[in-house]
Amino acid sequence: MSDRISPSAISVGDVVAERDFSLSRDTLVRYAGASGDFNPIHYRDDVAQSVGLPGVLAHGMLTMGLAVQPVIDWLGTDGWVSDYQVRFTRPVPVDAADGASLTVVAKVGVLDDAGARIDLTVTFDGATVLGKAQVRVTLAAA
Amino acid sequence: MNPELQGRVFAPTAPYLVGREKVREFARAVFATSPLNLDPAAAVAAGYADVVAPPTFAVVIQEATLAQLLAEPDAGIDFTRVVHGDQRFSYTRPIVAGDELTATLTVASVKSLGGHSMVTAESSIVDANGDHVVTAISTLVVRGDE
Repeated sequence: MSDRISPSAISVGDVVAERDFSLSRDTLVRYAGASGDFNPIHYRDDVAQSVGLPGVLAHGMLTMGLAVQPVIDWLGTDGWVSDYQVRFTRPVPVDAADGASLTVVAKVGVLDDAGARIDLTVTFDGATVLGKAQVRVTLAAA
Repeated sequence: MNPELQGRVFAPTAPYLVGREKVREFARAVFATSPLNLDPAAAVAAGYADVVAPPTFAVVIQEATLAQLLAEPDAGIDFTRVVHGDQRFSYTRPIVAGDELTATLTVASVKSLGGHSMVTAESSIVDANGDHVVTAISTLVVRGDE
């Protein structure tokens, strides 16, 4: 059942998933409604600029929330995400017209009896936006 | 920020009933495509009672505890200066629709670092039986005067 995360299937350093995400202002409004985070710096340029930001930023929790999705799709029903942590190291400005593109690469960091640690690299505009982005994947009980 | 906040435990939040459509709405908002998050039949086939919430859904329940912290009269936290430093979710089991969840906040640490303050807030989230589901941990950075 858990062939996908067995040592015979993957090794430390393997890329197990990769996905690009296009964010727009609509995406941010949708996340605001779904999460209940209505901080106006995520949908109003004037408010963002009044606190010294270049403009509207993506919610850090939106970036965290989407970055784990390629891992979940790779896992299927072979395991589940039992621990997930990130550090927010750079903001993601979302242009009103052009939006923003994020790239997520998920790599095996640790492989052990319980499952695996998958390390995420999330890139915007050529720089990483999350630090220590680690997903602990636990094998499903057969 | 008031250093005496460290170790303070807040009152449990009102129970939050996890709804199926809320899970699906949240899942779509974070670009989830897994049938476990969206399709009740697929979730049941995989052994869950209903649709499974994405890993970061716990922030919806945690949010009420962070509001308690920011509203604490003696905390001295100016929320316009708060920046989210890091975030972690440690699960005992996934959240599924139908769960009734209650969160209890503990201020794990308060530190000062070069004019800024850092507060680590741990929200322990339990189900209707009182069994642990997930602990959500946020470090908030409160910027000092520029």
